[in-house]
Amino acid sequence: MSEHQMYTLHINGEAHHVKDAWIGESLLYVLRERLGLPGSKGACEQGECGSCTVVLDGAAVCSCLVLAASAVGAEIATVEGLSPDGSLTDVQRAFIDEGAVQCGFCTPGLVMAVHHLLDHNSDPTDLDVKEALSGNICRCTGYGRIFAAVEKVVSVRTGTSQ
Amino acid sequence: MSAIDTTTRQRDVLGASALRPDGGAKVQGSFAFSSDLWAENMLWGATLRSPHPYARIVSIDTTAAWHIAGVETVLTYEDVPGQLTYGLISQDQPVFAKDYVRYMGEPVAAVAADHPETCRRALAAIVVTYEILSPLSDAEAALLPETAPIHPDGNIIRELRIIRGDQEVTGAIVVEGTYELGIQDQAFLGTEAALALPDHDGAGVEVYVATQWLHEDQKQMAACLGLPEEKVRLTLGGVGGAFGAREDISLQVHTALLALRTGRPIKMQYSREESFFGHVHRHPAKIWMRHHADADGHIIRIESRMLMDGGAYASTSSAVLTNAATHAQGPYRCDNATVYSYAVRTNNPPCGAMRGFGVVQACFAHEGQMDKIAAAARISPVEVRLRNAMRTGDPLITGQPVESVAPVERCIRETDALPLPPELADYPDVLELPGGSGRTADRRHIKRGIGWGVSIKNIMYSEGFDDYSTARATLEDGVVTLKFATSEVGQGFVTLAPQIARTVLGVDDVIVEPMDTSIGSAGSTSASRQTWMSGGAVDGACRLVRERLFEKVANDHNLDPLRLAIEGTDIVDTMGDLRVSVADASDGVRIEEIFEYHHRATEDLDENGQGNCHVAFAFVAHRAVVDVDTELGLVKVVQIATAQDIGRALNPLSVIGQIEGGIAQGLGLAVMEEIVVEDGRIRNPSFTDYLLPTALDAPTVLAQFIEEPDPQAPLGAKGVGEPPCISVTPAIVAAIRDATGKDLTRVPVRPYDICL
Repeated sequence: MSEHQMYTLHINGEAHHVKDAWIGESLLYVLRERLGLPGSKGACEQGECGSCTVVLDGAAVCSCLVLAASAVGAEIATVEGLSPDGSLTDVQRAFIDEGAVQCGFCTPGLVMAVHHLLDHNSDPTDLDVKEALSGNICRCTGYGRIFAAVEKVVSVRTGTSQ
Repeated sequence: MSAIDTTTRQRDVLGASALRPDGGAKVQGSFAFSSDLWAENMLWGATLRSPHPYARIVSIDTTAAWHIAGVETVLTYEDVPGQLTYGLISQDQPVFAKDYVRYMGEPVAAVAADHPETCRRALAAIVVTYEILSPLSDAEAALLPETAPIHPDGNIIRELRIIRGDQEVTGAIVVEGTYELGIQDQAFLGTEAALALPDHDGAGVEVYVATQWLHEDQKQMAACLGLPEEKVRLTLGGVGGAFGAREDISLQVHTALLALRTGRPIKMQYSREESFFGHVHRHPAKIWMRHHADADGHIIRIESRMLMDGGAYASTSSAVLTNAATHAQGPYRCDNATVYSYAVRTNNPPCGAMRGFGVVQACFAHEGQMDKIAAAARISPVEVRLRNAMRTGDPLITGQPVESVAPVERCIRETDALPLPPELADYPDVLELPGGSGRTADRRHIKRGIGWGVSIKNIMYSEGFDDYSTARATLEDGVVTLKFATSEVGQGFVTLAPQIARTVLGVDDVIVEPMDTSIGSAGSTSASRQTWMSGGAVDGACRLVRERLFEKVANDHNLDPLRLAIEGTDIVDTMGDLRVSVADASDGVRIEEIFEYHHRATEDLDENGQGNCHVAFAFVAHRAVVDVDTELGLVKVVQIATAQDIGRALNPLSVIGQIEGGIAQGLGLAVMEEIVVEDGRIRNPSFTDYLLPTALDAPTVLAQFIEEPDPQAPLGAKGVGEPPCISVTPAIVAAIRDATGKDLTRVPVRPYDICL
């Protein structure tokens, strides 16, 4: 390959140097195949399924649709950055406890999408949740347990849990 | 949404909503799916596929591909060392096309290179000269004797007839209809992926792959690779969903062959587009049915003709056909039947297993018929189903008595008792309207409808297949280690197996070893069979261990071992005072047992489709409530109520997950999902154009478990995976019919089916 580049990405608060990468590589590919961050998943390559959701300068985006080289200078947050010490966030804990995880392929993207929703709307309505998560496809659960997980987190965070 | 108590778990034994042991890794993104695997010095593999549905291969020139820097090898049919074809039931599908390509997307060549982009360029540099032929794309035409065969095995994969009882009898009510189903895709999220590592001596290969059945893959791969089975060692790579699409070989042989040829690790992973071409789909079908009933709506006779398009290769078409034909009556009593059914070969996409496996197709037809009988008899959809509901012991149209517990009436009544949703508000949020925010449904044009569907589903394999599952249990110092080859595809067997061990052996710490081919087969994760089969194997192995543990304890205390029992985490003497913890009793002891669970034998069907061909059955009822914008043809599924015959809830949280997930897939088939095929060409191989239910499409689900433990089942539990997706589809369509008055006979129902 001749079109090689070297650049630096800022991911989860750390600088990551990307060497010898083909300039056409997506952010998803570089995270997974070059930087050892395989938590973001690829399932459609078209921004339809949300499995590769990362937060880029505060916006939840599909990393399959972002050219890695165009993300230079941006702050990138991936699922690996949610709990660097190995502990679980409240959203991650609720996904396990409420049965929102089956095959788990959509899960990292959904966890990122739920955190992003709750960071911007601490007490969402059912429809707010459905709309916010409608870009993340889950083929196993039918979404019922995912809604239950979000509800659990919201009730604990807002102090309305029983 | 149904409430499941997730707050009061105690010990994670059978019946508790135990949590997934892989949950932590999955929420953190550290769970290793097949597509996450990586090896030092690894190359990427990729597949060249036919752009034509039907063509003769004139020549293949790989020279230019070999000359691209970074390309390590290029393979065609000439490089297959063993058998040139594979297949689950008949081996009719080429590893690489040799003389003909018979479907769009059929593999022709494979490459290995240093980067996916190098692979893409190498594939583009392979020159294949085709003589394009006119595809056989009409399943009816495939039945005609004058149609030229597109495969040496002919165009008819299987014909099956069922003849039972009086072939002339009729009644006051005669209703008929022709029902059609489009092609549904399993659309698991984790596309096909594998990592193959060649042995240092080049005489074997180790493969990590996402599959439903490790040992069947091993058998088919070894035959094509020309290796003894023990030289092809498989380990389950993390599986991102399956739903039937991982039962057939996809990239397994290609990946292993590239590794053996290059002497380097090979990773292959399909793109979403390639995945649409790379696995089998749900059979499209055309089903005619005529029901004869008395004036009160009791079924007297059914007649049916079923035509299923298997696409270019056989896969499991013959078994799918058996399921469709033998389930033509639905969960209803019927003494007289005439069913002619056919699975044919065409140049359309190959079809095989998908959740529901032939029964989805039959159910869509028989449930449409039940509503027609109800209308003719002037009774409600609920009443017609209650009047005909099958009971335990009733014979099927194959003559087989339904020995499984058959709580059909309870399923219907308990579904009916679930509350209906509130009426749509006068000024609802736009997201609550059919079409959601993307389109402009008008509140004034919205009509609500209610519809019903009820189904029967066979569980386990049929027609004389000696199905079994193997498990090993080892107790050492109070810890149980379990080993089996059962594919965990997301359904939760890795959660259930430790629950079984905790219950039987009174331990809390259970380790599940990696699933691989170093132990005997577990059979496939399909046919709703693993809770019963592999659950039975784990239960059996743990019981054997317990027997030996009791012998040891009895010996130590000079007791009859038959007096001992497990109580919590202790061994107790049921006739005395002895109480010793399992941890203490197994201190310094190692007890290991293997158990192979077989279900009871089944039979082939005779020439009239008679015989005890199935093992067991599960039942379910669905009631759907929909809102339809009759002007725009848009549908919103508001609520699904369901009562499902599950035998026993071994893990309520897992059961509800299967029910809600299955309902979403059945909803997809009803109103969204179809692989559109024109002249053998798939027109929508992407998630942009193949529509899947999203969070906004998810209906409210009210679920009731019907728990009547099945005495045949090792744990009393029936498989719960398939029933949820079966009768929900006809229930939704019936609800749309109720709202619109349209005679909708095809799924998925498209907007123009409603509004034009």
